[in-house]
Amino acid sequence: MAEVKPVARPLSPHLQIYRWSWTMAMSVAHRVTGSGLYLGTVLIAAWLVAAASGPAAFGTAQAIAGSFLGRLVLFLYSFSLIHHMLGGLRHFVWDMGKGYEPETRMKMAKFTLVGSVSLTVLVWIVALVLR
Amino acid sequence: MAEFNLPKNSRLTEGKAWPKPANAKNVTEFKIYRWNPDDTANPRTDTYYVDRDDCGPMVLDALIWIKNKVDPTLTFRRSCREGICGSCAMNMDGKNGLACTTGIDECGGTGKSAGKVAIYPLPHMPVVKDLVPDLTRFYAQHASIEPWLQTTTPAPEKEWRQAKDDREKLDGLYECILCACCSTSCPSYWWNGDRYLGPAALLQAYRWLIDSRDEATGERLDNLEDPFRLYRCHTIMNCANACPKGLNPAKAIAEVKKMMVARQV
Repeated sequence: MAEVKPVARPLSPHLQIYRWSWTMAMSVAHRVTGSGLYLGTVLIAAWLVAAASGPAAFGTAQAIAGSFLGRLVLFLYSFSLIHHMLGGLRHFVWDMGKGYEPETRMKMAKFTLVGSVSLTVLVWIVALVLR
Repeated sequence: MAEFNLPKNSRLTEGKAWPKPANAKNVTEFKIYRWNPDDTANPRTDTYYVDRDDCGPMVLDALIWIKNKVDPTLTFRRSCREGICGSCAMNMDGKNGLACTTGIDECGGTGKSAGKVAIYPLPHMPVVKDLVPDLTRFYAQHASIEPWLQTTTPAPEKEWRQAKDDREKLDGLYECILCACCSTSCPSYWWNGDRYLGPAALLQAYRWLIDSRDEATGERLDNLEDPFRLYRCHTIMNCANACPKGLNPAKAIAEVKKMMVARQV
């Protein structure tokens, strides 16, 4: 009998073809902002180390944080923080077994984005006014 | 680690365009995934043109029309044509569903693909041929949750009785037809399908966990207490968005997680 050669089956396409939904996008965003928080925490630690090292080092750290690039990073960091917080609240509601209906889950996902963008802008406006 | 790209042998190529039906006035373009195990070529997408005036309204009607009138080698599963067997589960217009209960006009497509219908096998599965995925692992996962009544008390003379309220707890769970639309829509299942049970198996697990007649609740929960089997659900919600029966596996999984906590306090 002829030997049957096993065929290497292809893997069907997935991310390449699946249509994005709000809940899927916000789940990815939650993961990305969560990773962003690790990076931001490192920056805060560096800033604290600079503060503890003396006025010269602290001055340099402040200058970097106050530069355009520094502020951009701070803006993204604050957005990550707020987005991840709202995402966390959404997961908290889900962990209680609530908010699973089609309408509700889509609205909650949209609110995570709208809420985090508006809150971030609000925080920065308040910060710049109070400065 | 999640592998976002397709392996080399799975990358798509442009296939052939089949002739348009002659004298047809109402034509819809279909782009369909093809792979043949008998040659060594990569998967491709073939283009077909369906005469809508000669074809029923559902995607399954179009597939059968193509197989009968254009290309008899096009391979797909189908049986009941009324949404109860789950055989014709596939990815249409970027979303998983049953070809027999999805209207061709529901698959609008957007932007450049507007008016065209793209059809792929269920995502992130080994392909047997064309639109037929290998569901072996999916069925094994279903078997692993032991989907049958388990009791220790002696069987009653007649049937196991169940109060009306308790029976109602099974609504929204027993209707599952195991079509695999939910599990194969789940990114978490894509990346960890070898260890995460997936929404379909977990919805079935919950169906037996809350059955008032079942007496193996503790063992069932022990079996799921695992960082991967249950807890890889990150409430992405693709499962609930995809289910052609309108069920909510994500909610069922949340209920199982609640039972896990409840038994510890």
